[in-house]
Amino acid sequence: MADLTPEEIKHHVKTYVIVFVVLAFFTIVTVAISYLDLGVGASVALALGVASIKGALVASYFMHLIDEKITIYWTLIVTVAMFLILMFLPLGNMLAQTKI
Amino acid sequence: MDIPYTVKDRPDTGLYNGKLGIWLFLASEVMLFGGLFSAYVFLRTGAESWPTGADILNVPLATLNTLFLITSSVTMVMSWASLKLKEFDKFKLYAGLTLLLAASFLVVKYFEYTAKFHHGLFPSTNNFLGIYFTLTGLHVIHIIGGMIVIFFFWMPGAKMWESDPDRFTNRIEIVGLYWHFVDLVWIFLFPVLYLL
Repeated sequence: MADLTPEEIKHHVKTYVIVFVVLAFFTIVTVAISYLDLGVGASVALALGVASIKGALVASYFMHLIDEKITIYWTLIVTVAMFLILMFLPLGNMLAQTKI
Repeated sequence: MDIPYTVKDRPDTGLYNGKLGIWLFLASEVMLFGGLFSAYVFLRTGAESWPTGADILNVPLATLNTLFLITSSVTMVMSWASLKLKEFDKFKLYAGLTLLLAASFLVVKYFEYTAKFHHGLFPSTNNFLGIYFTLTGLHVIHIIGGMIVIFFFWMPGAKMWESDPDRFTNRIEIVGLYWHFVDLVWIFLFPVLYLL
């Protein structure tokens, strides 16, 4: 992000506004989905799916991960791998209980 | 002695030092919140019954807070873009708006917390409220920490713009990355705690 021209920055600003509108829209969608009687499994999948899209938008555009250096990508790949291990640790318990 | 690579990128990493530093810090933050999210899954899957967040918590207020944080993320990145365009007055405006939105988030959170306490709902009441207060409390601490740093760069720290504008712009990029991470955490906390 160091060598951007003023024109490129102005283009970025337009993108930020579009991303903001999409994030606000998805926030309303998330709340609306919660009022539907979809069952626990579908509700969890949809809510986390929409949250993941919102998170990806913030990380990609506001945090500029869509155009970053390889050093940061490697740092995050290791982090995500460790995070997934943390998330899957309770999986055995979840399978034993067979409920969410 | 000058600190090296505060503006120029290091040849080996391709980044200025502060940027690599904040990403490593954020990686540790992912593990901090990840551990608590993991605890949430453990508690929920092991419980005989688990309340729906909406039955106990205030969804409209949390939705409003989500919009506050999303908007503050936009104003934060706009403050950085303003510095890139050499528009210092706009930086002051957007950074000020970010602080205002963050303060609004805290005010809403205050009303949420006090309403719970008023109804006799405390972290010790049950596991749901225990993990709710732990996760949101840790998040609130992060909001306050971010506000302190943004306020510093908004007021006294802004003097650096006169002496070293590129370095100051990088500092705003770094605090912005932290602020977007705090927003990112809330994006997942909101559905997990309030809606499911």
